Amino acid sequence: MVKVVIPELGEGIDKATISYWFYKEGDKVNKGEDLVEVVTDKATFNLPSPSTGILSQIISKEGQTVNIGEVIALIEEI
Amino acid sequence: MELNLSRCRFFDLGLIDYPTAYNFQKEIFLKVNNGQLYSSVIFCEHYPVITVGRSAKREISFFIKEEEIKNRDIPIYFVERGGSLTYHGPGQLVIYFIFNLVYFNKDIHYFLRWLEDLGIEFLRGFKISAIRYPGYTGVWINSKKIVSIGIAIKNWISFHGISINIKNSILENFKLIKPCGMDITMTSLEEILKKELSFIEVKEKFLSFLKNKRR
Repeated sequence: MVKVVIPELGEGIDKATISYWFYKEGDKVNKGEDLVEVVTDKATFNLPSPSTGILSQIISKEGQTVNIGEVIALIEEI
Repeated sequence: MELNLSRCRFFDLGLIDYPTAYNFQKEIFLKVNNGQLYSSVIFCEHYPVITVGRSAKREISFFIKEEEIKNRDIPIYFVERGGSLTYHGPGQLVIYFIFNLVYFNKDIHYFLRWLEDLGIEFLRGFKISAIRYPGYTGVWINSKKIVSIGIAIKNWISFHGISINIKNSILENFKLIKPCGMDITMTSLEEILKKELSFIEVKEKFLSFLKNKRR
């Protein structure tokens, strides 16, 4: 399983809110493609998929606030 | 690595409808993304339009005077930028920054503060003392907002940007919405300076200010 982690977004930014999942659980995702959009301050940030595989679990739903470094989804590599 | 503003491409689309400018912005984004273009800046002025960013937490009807907006034929677009909702119209300078944020240490906070500083420094040129309020991104003069900010980032390349209220005429339609989803009063450069300004001259001034700025 590959963990999808909220990366460092900038100094003093310790949280972000999930604004949009480009895929749903069970979908195939490709490495480097937009996977999830998060919003912080007045910016949205598209996080690409870290791996190619099946998006097996979305841990953090849209609207949920998450910490930097938090695991928000799992991808089963294929 | 520092952003070299003199290497940036500057585009001026003039008065243009929102969707056409949006498509142009996306074209430039793709070129910056694949390395065909260095970071770029797009200047424009929009026909009346309301845009809603991703941070609008409630139904849009909560933030706008729907009937009046319909009567005035103002379109509403939902876009992928951060921030809530705003109004664009003639008399407001809109500047889109298609920047590779590698030059900003891949730091969103740093980039947003840089955009605020840009507005603050530009206004200082008019002897106006503008400020930022931590937690309320934008540029303010006392309790009124003059520069709004909303960006999107993909592959660490930014798009969308800032809008600066120049003419007094821009303020009327702002009364139809709750800017940023809050009870905010907007102001304009003309209102602060208490005199009429040429939009084109202010735009030229900003362009030369930006080109000569050291990151």
